[in-house]
Amino acid sequence: MTFTDRLIRARYRLIPDHLLGEILSKRWVDNALPMLILILVVAVFGALIPGFFGQASLTNLARQWGEFGLIVLALTVVMAAGGIDLSVGSIFALGNIVALALIGLVELPVPVVMLLTVACGAAVGLVNGLLVGYLRLRAFLTTLVTLIIVRAAVDMLLLKYAVAIASAFPDSDLWYWFGEGSFLSLPVSVVVALVVALIVHLTLSRARLGWQVLAVGGSRRSAHNVGIPVRRVICLTYVTSGALAALSGFLFASRLGAAGADIGIGLEIAALTAAVLGGNSLGGGRGSAAKAIIGSVIVMILINSLVRLGVTSGGSSLLLGVVLLVAVAADMRWLKNRHKLLSKVYVSPTWADLPEAPPTTEASPYALNDRLRPVEAIGLGAIDGPEDVILDEDDHIYVGNRTGDIVRFLAPDYTRQEVFAHVGGRPLGMAFAPDGALLVCIGGMGLYRVGKDRQIEKLTDETNRSWFSVIDDSRLRLADDLDVAPDGRVYFSEATIRYDMHEWPVDCLESRGNGRIICYDPNTKSTRTVLKNLVFPNGICMTHDGQSFLFAETWACRISRYYFDGPKKGQVEAVIPDLPGFPDNINRASDGTYWLALVGMRTPAFDLALRMPGFRQRMAQRVAPDEWMFPNINTGCVLRFDETGKVLETFWDLGGESHPMVTSMREHKGHLYIGGISNNRVGKLKLDGVDPAWTGPQSYWGQA
Amino acid sequence: MPLGANLTQEKIVFALAVLLALGFALALPGFLTTQNVLNLLRSVSILGILGVAMGLVVIGRGIDLSLVALMAVSVAWMLTLVSGGMPLPLALAVALGFSLLVGALNGWLVAYAEIPAIFATLAMGTLIYGFGRYFLFSMDVAYIPEGARPILILGQSDLFGVPLPIFLFAGTCLIGHLFLRYAIPGRYLRAVGDNLPAARITGIPVRPVIVLQYVLSSGIGFLAGLITAASVDSMNTRLALSTYVYDVILVVVLGGIGLSGGKGGIRNVVVGTLLIGVLLNGMTIMDIQYTLQNVIKGGLLLAAIVIDTILNPRDEQTAQQGDI
Repeated sequence: MTFTDRLIRARYRLIPDHLLGEILSKRWVDNALPMLILILVVAVFGALIPGFFGQASLTNLARQWGEFGLIVLALTVVMAAGGIDLSVGSIFALGNIVALALIGLVELPVPVVMLLTVACGAAVGLVNGLLVGYLRLRAFLTTLVTLIIVRAAVDMLLLKYAVAIASAFPDSDLWYWFGEGSFLSLPVSVVVALVVALIVHLTLSRARLGWQVLAVGGSRRSAHNVGIPVRRVICLTYVTSGALAALSGFLFASRLGAAGADIGIGLEIAALTAAVLGGNSLGGGRGSAAKAIIGSVIVMILINSLVRLGVTSGGSSLLLGVVLLVAVAADMRWLKNRHKLLSKVYVSPTWADLPEAPPTTEASPYALNDRLRPVEAIGLGAIDGPEDVILDEDDHIYVGNRTGDIVRFLAPDYTRQEVFAHVGGRPLGMAFAPDGALLVCIGGMGLYRVGKDRQIEKLTDETNRSWFSVIDDSRLRLADDLDVAPDGRVYFSEATIRYDMHEWPVDCLESRGNGRIICYDPNTKSTRTVLKNLVFPNGICMTHDGQSFLFAETWACRISRYYFDGPKKGQVEAVIPDLPGFPDNINRASDGTYWLALVGMRTPAFDLALRMPGFRQRMAQRVAPDEWMFPNINTGCVLRFDETGKVLETFWDLGGESHPMVTSMREHKGHLYIGGISNNRVGKLKLDGVDPAWTGPQSYWGQA
Repeated sequence: MPLGANLTQEKIVFALAVLLALGFALALPGFLTTQNVLNLLRSVSILGILGVAMGLVVIGRGIDLSLVALMAVSVAWMLTLVSGGMPLPLALAVALGFSLLVGALNGWLVAYAEIPAIFATLAMGTLIYGFGRYFLFSMDVAYIPEGARPILILGQSDLFGVPLPIFLFAGTCLIGHLFLRYAIPGRYLRAVGDNLPAARITGIPVRPVIVLQYVLSSGIGFLAGLITAASVDSMNTRLALSTYVYDVILVVVLGGIGLSGGKGGIRNVVVGTLLIGVLLNGMTIMDIQYTLQNVIKGGLLLAAIVIDTILNPRDEQTAQQGDI
């Protein structure tokens, strides 16, 4: 290994490139940019304004934020469903004057005042909701009109009652507590806003109604087509918005007790700014309480600080406008380019050095031959992609196919086939449990059990989440092959945690240890990860000692042995470290040795590319995926090896004339049955000099 | 064929305007005099010109909420420049250039930065007002100085006994109509508003067309600003903060130009302006309180769009996503 190689290896071991892509694929990165702006704003104004972080200053700011935050939350809810509510400012003013009139002139108890005020706002919201939701008017215009009408109504109320309100002094401690008191040392309005934010958050992220709101915002047509009551959902968002705006007005009234003509004017613009600045998208589908809070805090600080800096109204609106435009432009760019960026950085190849490939010439155990040529085809053209093949005691063949079925070919001539079970996902590795049930790894779904009565049962689809992985690795994305230990525990491989089933070749470009082996214990029904950081673990086969299993790592071109019991418990031993091709499934042979399928052969060019991660990175970034360099899976073979790693014989079919594409093989009563994930048949090869009565289930579970 | 299938919003609004005018003519003695009718037309002609500006943008599936702010700021700046001693033609050119530049900036924000039009122009309105107050002039109201007397012609002179603003309104409408109907950019503008992806696929330079519509609206807005200033001898920049721009939208939408773009024409603006003019005039003669006038205006707009929605229903399958 040259010095340069060492340097490259060290660089790729030390810097975890793949984390960048994983972080970018998280939904919470959407909030990163607004958060950054928030920090910037706090830093700038904290430095500019003396006493910015003082108790009085913060309390004052927080109290105002509580009211403003409610308005922004109101707008967020409406925007999440794809609408807009410009009338929040007017409803806020209405709530203010109604609350003042009820407490000061009618002298109702405070809770009743609050209830009536909120009800009043909700009623205006209901008008909006009926018009926009049920009559399907345009939200922008409709709420613009209600803005004007409600504002006019407020003006008329003001003309009538302003003087009376100004001279009334409500006699209620509770009333003043709402305006000036604090709860847990937080201003009451902040507590109210936070509680509402929590409710909004839980609803949008956890509750059926919230999901419906986001679905309507994301695609109104699709939401309608799947049966969501679109009109009702939209109407409800406006009612919520009206109620929250009025609640905010109530808090404002209790704080200042003033009824002026300019209250709430332009509030809708500030609130809209805040909502969009936080990352809620106009047009719907993307919105959360956290975004509302971030956005509202930014705008609140901006407006407030400019006033305190003594900037004239012209200067402050100039700065507000500029900040707004820049922030929104940045947000739009981010929204639009995030996926492009993600697709550029997600694939992050690492350094991999394969041992030199053994030759396939005459003297080598891998020497080329035509021994696979006499294979017979079963179900030629009638089966699509049998990744694994397994036979039961009655000689029936079970294979999975691409359309989510487990197909059974019936003995003895295998001309008839039937769908044994429809599982939905992509059936990959299969094994028989002691009771004769079929255990299947289903790509994208997890580990399943199909009983003899064809009853399908999920065994597991998640394992323990790693503490420090960025992507959620608890779900099983690509369960691949499995085998069953003598005590019934199921060991199965998950090829990669970073890619879905159809992207498996991309994982090869990375050649990082993205895969793992997981154990499912049927006695405790628990699942846990046994081995991590394996390079595309694939085939798994129990050895005959009952304490260990062999597993293949496809992109590392090696076979290893893992001891799960006995004196060597927990150890991993190399069995064959240098295969000339990419190993797939491993299965038992009748004489105590093992069969292995090589899905494709290594090529010098690809081996070289594996030592050049920068090259593969540039390729993934700049070249269209169709043009990427992928491992060769055109030519493969079946071979037999023993526990010491000695290769005993190989079966080739040069040119793939009789049986192209091998991913698995299963010995059964003197024959070898061969499957291939992109093949259109099951191969059957007569073996010479083997035990003609040997079957897999017998070997595992003895005479039934 | 169901009843009213041929009734467009334009026809309804026009009928409403005629009915209202008839009603006022019968009920209010001073309504149907030549003087009052001219007065009515003159008072709405500025609104109408702004409506044409807004209409062009809305037909291109945009909206220009900075229209009034830009108009107020650029005209006020022009007046300030003239008071400072600049010759009127130069000041006019500078202010018009400023106005067009901001319009182009609006268009750039919408077309190239891909900020939603509502939002970009909303922010631009705030920004422009702040910019003007901070850098360009210090007073809220800019009065017409001695050097700018010539522009008074625009607002205060008559031609054949008809006030000039009415002719200017008519001229703007005519040019706007011809532009939309016969000019290639005008046809492009409608195509972009009707279906932007399709327009792009057919090879229309979509982004320049969007920029063009905002430049046009700012130019027409500048004209309206000049007439405003000439009519009342001053330009009040507080106008930028008022809800006047919503009145302009009201005119456009009332006339039947769909906010989703591609529909309607200058005729719709005229009809919308007519109804608002009749209504405002009648209410003023009846001495109805200003806030109540707002309520009536709002109710009327609401009625217009409800009827439009009932007659031309959008359903879940055809509604455009993100169309607020």
